[in-house]
Amino acid sequence: MPREELKRLQDARLREVVERVYYNVPWYREKMQKAGLSPDDIRGTDDLYRLPFTTKEDLRETYPFGMFAVPLSEILRVHASSGTTGRATVVGYTRRDLGMWSEVVARCLACAGVGREDIIQIAYGYGLFTGGLGLHYGAEKIGAVVVPVSGGNTKRQIQLMKDFGSTVLACTPSYALYLAEAMEEEKTDIGSLRLRVGVFGAEPWTESMRREIENRLNIKAIDIYGLSEVIGPGVSCECEYQDGLHINEDHFIPEIIDPESLNPLPPGSRGELVFTTVTKEGLPLIRYRTRDLTTLNYETCRCGRTMVRMAKCTGRSDDMLIIRGVNVFPSQIESILLEMNETKPHYLIIVDRVNNLDTLQILVEVEELYFDKISQLQGLRDRLQQQVESTLGISADIKLVEPKTIERFEGKARRVIDKRKF
Amino acid sequence: MIIKQLSVFLENKTGRLTEVLTALGAEKINVKALTVADTSDFGILRMIVSDPERALHLLREKGFSVNLTDVISIATPCEAGSFAKALALISEKNISIEYLYGFSIGQKAAIVLRAEDAQSALEALKSSKMDLLNAEELNNL
Repeated sequence: MPREELKRLQDARLREVVERVYYNVPWYREKMQKAGLSPDDIRGTDDLYRLPFTTKEDLRETYPFGMFAVPLSEILRVHASSGTTGRATVVGYTRRDLGMWSEVVARCLACAGVGREDIIQIAYGYGLFTGGLGLHYGAEKIGAVVVPVSGGNTKRQIQLMKDFGSTVLACTPSYALYLAEAMEEEKTDIGSLRLRVGVFGAEPWTESMRREIENRLNIKAIDIYGLSEVIGPGVSCECEYQDGLHINEDHFIPEIIDPESLNPLPPGSRGELVFTTVTKEGLPLIRYRTRDLTTLNYETCRCGRTMVRMAKCTGRSDDMLIIRGVNVFPSQIESILLEMNETKPHYLIIVDRVNNLDTLQILVEVEELYFDKISQLQGLRDRLQQQVESTLGISADIKLVEPKTIERFEGKARRVIDKRKF
Repeated sequence: MIIKQLSVFLENKTGRLTEVLTALGAEKINVKALTVADTSDFGILRMIVSDPERALHLLREKGFSVNLTDVISIATPCEAGSFAKALALISEKNISIEYLYGFSIGQKAAIVLRAEDAQSALEALKSSKMDLLNAEELNNL
């Protein structure tokens, strides 16, 4: 689609979604009224900059369903990101939203060169996380054979890959590397596999990691991007040229802003990616701040697609960590410690990548020795471990350390050491 | 008698134990008995010292995670079966012992223990006329 035509479509859809949120979501109406805006003021994408932003905090404050633009009877499914109780972000989909989601994921898969002849092994987690089910329905939509094996159980993954002759693997890039390692260890003949494409996302990865995956698994490794607030996987995806991710911008209008001044930046500048979802019914979001840092390229791609391309995300404008595909905020650890109230909330998160799998270690200072039995201290450590796992959805190694041993900078403790290289 | 034991949380790091003992030594606090319970990551150092209150403040000031715990201290003759006799008095009452350590000097031996129910343990020992050491007596051993 030529860009002028695309812009007309975006303009019309934007006017329509602004009117919908104004009349159906009190939160947006209030925000717009405060800014002195009525729906008529927004004539098209050129007026986007006048609209208020939406942040993850806004979604948390209106937890769980406060930002939905339709009654719950219209919602068919919800997904959620991890968070402490009452602080997760919940997203809701109407029937049309689910149809649109399948459509954009199918587009992404087609973009990655996947078709109905393929057998897709989906090793993303199924459940509240959008990865598994998102890929699932998109893969069904293009008519491929779906193997919904979900995450984990590496031996079985390899067995199914051999037995079924899976041609496409969908998972996080770090798990793909881990699988490659496991195959080498058990001396699987990778040349005998039918695997040819990997659709990898849900965490940042580098070009060198891509080359490593491609060499070791003998496949083409394609980057897919998405976040649950916007839709889930399917927001954008690379084509065979692996030169930026094509954004499905007829549904999600991207902008790049300066995360400090919040002003829009000209095309080509690096800044924070912001999306306005123009077709979603359940949870339409206006100028949602992804906190991902990237650039946009509006030139037509060699593949012929005119959709704008975003560069691989290389950083964040907040302190969110992505560990094994799961979003983790340091403040979540802090609130666990405060809630349990058995230690002072002094902690240090150490993230590393060992054998291609992310590891999470949390050092916690034992300020007061309330008891002097080993079993009680171990009990405390186990309770912390369980609480972290149930809150974040990933396991952590908790290490109790002596007071004041965690370095402090200018009176404020450093909370995170990320040893992974992106 | 019930006496005060100093408990210190220590990470398994080279030199930490030495640092604690050096700090106490510099302040002329004498260590009469000492034991370390350890796991792969951390340990608890338990000590009977000449001045537990001062030791507590000193180590706390130095940033250690430290506290005082009530333990029972018993003297026995240094001969075969004497520890067993003392402990039997407690176990007969179905009181569990959380940890203990013992030492002997010349003709005398001492046990320091922490019981689940310190008061009942103490009564059981007293009613059998066990020789209970108070802090000063232990110090003078």
